[in-house]
Amino acid sequence: MLKINNLHVKLEEEDKQILKGLSLEVPAGEVHAIMGPNGSGKSTLSYVLSGRDGYEVTDGEATLDGEDLLDMDPEVRAAAGLFLAFQYPVEIPGVGNMTFLRTAVNAQRKARGEVELTAGEFLKEVRAKAAELQISPEMLKRPVNVGFSGGEKKRNEILQMAMLQPRMCIMDETDSGLDVDAMRLVSEGVNALRSPDRSFLVITHYQRLLDHIKPDVVHIMSNGRIIKSGGPELALEVEHNGYGDLLAEAD
Amino acid sequence: MSDTAVKPINEVTPQVSGNPKAASALEDRLAAITMPDAGFSADARADAMARLRAMGLPAPRDEYWRYTDPRAFNAPRPAALRFDANGAESPLFTGRDKLTLVFVDGAFDEAASDDLSLEGIEITTLAKADAAGDHWSADLYGQLELAGQTPVKRPFAALNTAVAHDGLLIRVTGKPSKPVHVLYRRGADDADAVWHHVIRVEAGAEMTLLESGMAGARSNGMLEVDLADGAKLHHIAAKRAVDPKVGLSHIFARVGAEAQLKSFTLAVNGTLMRNEGAIDMVGDDAVAHIAAAVLGDGDNGSFHHDDTVFITHGAQRGESRQVFKKVLKNGATGVFQGKILVKPGAQKTDGYQISQALLLDENSQFLAKPELEIYADDVKCSHGSTTGAIDEEALFYLRSRGVPHDRAIVFLVLSFLADALSEVEDDDLRDDINDRLEAWLTTRPQI
Repeated sequence: MLKINNLHVKLEEEDKQILKGLSLEVPAGEVHAIMGPNGSGKSTLSYVLSGRDGYEVTDGEATLDGEDLLDMDPEVRAAAGLFLAFQYPVEIPGVGNMTFLRTAVNAQRKARGEVELTAGEFLKEVRAKAAELQISPEMLKRPVNVGFSGGEKKRNEILQMAMLQPRMCIMDETDSGLDVDAMRLVSEGVNALRSPDRSFLVITHYQRLLDHIKPDVVHIMSNGRIIKSGGPELALEVEHNGYGDLLAEAD
Repeated sequence: MSDTAVKPINEVTPQVSGNPKAASALEDRLAAITMPDAGFSADARADAMARLRAMGLPAPRDEYWRYTDPRAFNAPRPAALRFDANGAESPLFTGRDKLTLVFVDGAFDEAASDDLSLEGIEITTLAKADAAGDHWSADLYGQLELAGQTPVKRPFAALNTAVAHDGLLIRVTGKPSKPVHVLYRRGADDADAVWHHVIRVEAGAEMTLLESGMAGARSNGMLEVDLADGAKLHHIAAKRAVDPKVGLSHIFARVGAEAQLKSFTLAVNGTLMRNEGAIDMVGDDAVAHIAAAVLGDGDNGSFHHDDTVFITHGAQRGESRQVFKKVLKNGATGVFQGKILVKPGAQKTDGYQISQALLLDENSQFLAKPELEIYADDVKCSHGSTTGAIDEEALFYLRSRGVPHDRAIVFLVLSFLADALSEVEDDDLRDDINDRLEAWLTTRPQI
């Protein structure tokens, strides 16, 4: 599904290399986790894959189902099935959560040549999915993320994911700022979306999220590269010993 | 500073600060105007003319005209403008139950208007009242304009009082069942439209006034509003100029105890517009909100939009809000001059002022002069002014969900304007304005 090969990325504004030959492959239906110390380039990877400005790809490639991701505008990537759950979801005053979500769903459907959802169809679907995530009808009417708690913002991200039905979901530290109950809700939302033709790339600092969202593969990232990949036990090793041994081993 | 005392005409020399050139410019301007046959308003008009002659037309170096070149307003005649019969009618207030009164180039068009009778409200026109002789509005016509001349000179407001042929004289005694809608239409290519409305809302009464359309190749509109204790006026003006135009509008208001004035203006394109507001909060617990949402595209000629507002707190516990939001592109210029004056004794005043511009490119500019002047020691006043571009973070967020770039910009423009729109009290009307703005922005992606 997602293939990243020898990706080199620097900041556009300054001569600072962030990703230094990162390679990674997430097959269909799998959940991969990326862990790594602060500053290793995890968030940069999520932004580069989803098309945020400010980064320059100096070498390598990234494809989704064989299509070159890096040449596409962010909205084209989204319509192609890529989704990034933000670490810090953005507040947009004056734009209703539902209006925004319906516009996004229908823009993607239109881009893919599918029939757009009617207001009634959309409403029925969004209400059902919001209820599963314990998002109240009142929250749906409020402006996008405005006045939402940290947990509500993250649940709203998962609601968007559930409505947009992406094939490749990248989650950037979705567990940050969540209490135990919110983490369980978010994880249940994600687990409900797991399917043989949908993949996840879960970026996290903490093993505890991976107790809820069980990964098939864990990658350790450091200094712009994947330095080690393994099974779920790798996350437990990091939890117990920190990154020191792994980094020393990689050197 | 202007002299607000009423002087007999023969004591006023037609000279402007000893500058014969300026005086002759004013005389040229006046010579191009057909003077109305004044009846009840004759004294007020003569007084306004005398004051105008004393102060003269504004010069580009005048502090109050620092950001807006007055020459197009000073010229004896407006530049002719192609008249498009289908051009300017805004669909904004269609489908609402309302009393519509039509003005063509500033003159009341009785045949095109609804019947003037509405329970709780008396409406007549300035031209008819002048022809009839006496009128209740004699105590108000030009008087609020006169009060608004202190401490800042406003020559075009005085000009308006002196030369306006027509307008509405409205007295509200109850709570009319529907809003009054003033619809402005163009008639001639080179019309220089001047109109003067007076609205008196009696104690405890309230009304909603809607204004839309455009008049003349150049216009000078005046709204004098007198709100008695506990009276309410909700005013919503939509200036959706399809053709380029040069326009001035004035709102001069006196707000009594526990009275509420809420005025919101939507301006979409145009050429040169200046809106002056002078709001005097004379009663305790008065409320005055003045807001505008402005979208300007300089591609249409040149876009220059000036909001100049002066709110005076003269009593206790007054609440004032000035909320001005301007979206500018293609060399458009936005101006805001806003002042809150808190007089001695106006304790517990709550004054708020925000002026913000969203610049969609690097060619546009926003010039702001926010001012506070406070002579009471127990007040809460704040002001803020910002100029910024589209928030890249928010833009990326929307696009990452599949919202196309241009559509995402529309969302962010509406988001920027939301605070101003929220000053429209009627939920349906606010949603309607938002929806129509959204549609306009979507089908005209250049703004």
